[in-house]
Amino acid sequence: MRVLLPLPVVLPLIGAALSIRAGRSRVIQRVISLSVLTAVVGVAVAILIAVDDDGVVSTQAGDWYAPVGISLVADRFSAIMLVTASFVLLAVVVYAIGQPGAERNHVGFQSVYLILAAGVSAAFLTGDMFNLFVAIEMMLTASYVLITLGGRLDQVRSGMTYVVISLAASVLFLVALALTYAATGTVNMADLSVKIAELPSGLRSGLAGLFLVVFGIKAGIFPLFFWLPDSYPTAPSPVTAIFAGLLTKVGVYAIIRTQTLLFPDVLPTWLVMVVAGTTMAVGVLGAIAQDDVKRILSFLIISSIGFMIMGMALFTVAGIAAAVFYMVHQIVLKTGLFLAGGLIEHAGGSSRLSRLGGMVRTAPVVAVLFFVAAMSLAGMPPMLGFAAKFSLIDSTAVSRQWWILGVAIVVSFLTLFSVAKIWIGVFWAASDDEQARPDDAVALAARNAPVMMLAPTALVVAATVVLGVMAGPVYDYCFRAAADLIDPTHYVSVVLGGGG
Amino acid sequence: MAALAACLFAIGTYLLLQRKLSRIIVGLALLSHGANVLFVNSGRRGIPPLIGSGDPADFADPMPQALVLTAIVISFGTTALLLALAYRSWLLTSDDEVADDVEDRMVGARGFGDDVEVTDETLLVDEAEMHEFETHEFETREFETRELES
Repeated sequence: MRVLLPLPVVLPLIGAALSIRAGRSRVIQRVISLSVLTAVVGVAVAILIAVDDDGVVSTQAGDWYAPVGISLVADRFSAIMLVTASFVLLAVVVYAIGQPGAERNHVGFQSVYLILAAGVSAAFLTGDMFNLFVAIEMMLTASYVLITLGGRLDQVRSGMTYVVISLAASVLFLVALALTYAATGTVNMADLSVKIAELPSGLRSGLAGLFLVVFGIKAGIFPLFFWLPDSYPTAPSPVTAIFAGLLTKVGVYAIIRTQTLLFPDVLPTWLVMVVAGTTMAVGVLGAIAQDDVKRILSFLIISSIGFMIMGMALFTVAGIAAAVFYMVHQIVLKTGLFLAGGLIEHAGGSSRLSRLGGMVRTAPVVAVLFFVAAMSLAGMPPMLGFAAKFSLIDSTAVSRQWWILGVAIVVSFLTLFSVAKIWIGVFWAASDDEQARPDDAVALAARNAPVMMLAPTALVVAATVVLGVMAGPVYDYCFRAAADLIDPTHYVSVVLGGGG
Repeated sequence: MAALAACLFAIGTYLLLQRKLSRIIVGLALLSHGANVLFVNSGRRGIPPLIGSGDPADFADPMPQALVLTAIVISFGTTALLLALAYRSWLLTSDDEVADDVEDRMVGARGFGDDVEVTDETLLVDEAEMHEFETHEFETREFETRELES
């Protein structure tokens, strides 16, 4: 079992190297990407099954023992994140292959995409804070390239903001690591969880706050989110979809991992609650003000991050289980929504609400896909969104955090309002621009999306429905994952014991 | 050493807050140097940790040095990427300034127009900005097509 652990990181890296070698042939590059990512999905599922049956699995690179060596650890939380992430990575690469345009013809796209995949897997699997830094850097560097791949003026401008903010966050991360190392003499997470508990409480809260800020910038929580809605919409749709689905969630993953494993009960609950509440509210209010499909969706990412932080802030098994469940839901859903947004842009020639209209007739399949995803986001049964949101609200009510419960419910209604705004603007309203409304059959056929774009979107959207129907087992799994997070003794003993 | 790190942080932060891209890049480089200096100092001091050269208890802690080496490589790579981006930005705008977000300004201007009274003047400003945005979009499109052709 332990031999499987490095594969989700190593396979994409090998694939990326091969992909550069095969730079002349786009077909070979695509075959490499598809086969590598399919293999990663398989490995991730195998890890998930093994971890759920036998508990935490850990391996040490180069047989250096735990506090010094590079540990890779998979527990239930990282396993389910890995499965979800590899699934959307595969779906999005199919979509990127199907989408016509200069981006997919770029020689570096496939290899950079695979490096991004390796970085995401490494971030989920690492058991070492410094490796988390390296993994996040790997993922971000790949994302810098992907976001500016077209080299257009708006891409360079917003990409610049994104890169500078991310680098400043990385410097802060390094500072936090330096201070942690100076205080404890280790960067291994399992080792840290034991040693940090012995530190004076002031130092502990300082470090916890520093890590919250660092990962908060990556995740886009309230006052640190401003770069996100600015930079995401300019990238090509498949790139935006994968960023929306994964990058911020890696930040949330890191927040949940550090706050549960390293700093349990260090930060005051009200502080994290206020951060969560403002993130939700500001995100959704920003979404209402926008006039562009991708920008509305970008602000809704921020809003959903608030929900996850709220679940974590409760610090009960039910709360964290709901947060994990909501994360799984959001990774799949946000990817699906942005893919559908890309289809809208493809069919309508623009992503601005004021220029689109009447697409319920011209692009009925896109309309159905978007409708299902949007209703899931708003939390309508029987979609996954309903189950995820219900578990969050339920755990908040059990913990008697009434004011944040009120904020969450109001924000949910506003979310419904903002997706309804997209729905009405894009699909129902008459178009202002006659050219953007192809009534004759010829133009309609010309604007029909390729199957390679429709199929992955449909697959991702269908996944939210299927997961919604099977919400019971998934939630039970998340509950077990959360129980592990709240009580990390098993995790610590497996990692420090040299692997299970 | 701590004072050195503090100096690097202070100068780096100051440069980061400038509007010129070149200064921002230098600022980020200084910031990451500051973090590296801080990190190297987080371990125990001592003699060079070579096996057989002395008592292991006197050795300097090699771990932070190894970690910082990785961090230096990463910051080197990202700085190079950032310079390439800045060069691209200079090619496109022949200017070193950080540009405003047009979309953001448009939303801002619209909200302002709704809240206050919608006079002809504010509408004019809106229209002008819209126009500016559209020509801007057109120009980038044109640039792209030229790029593709070449």
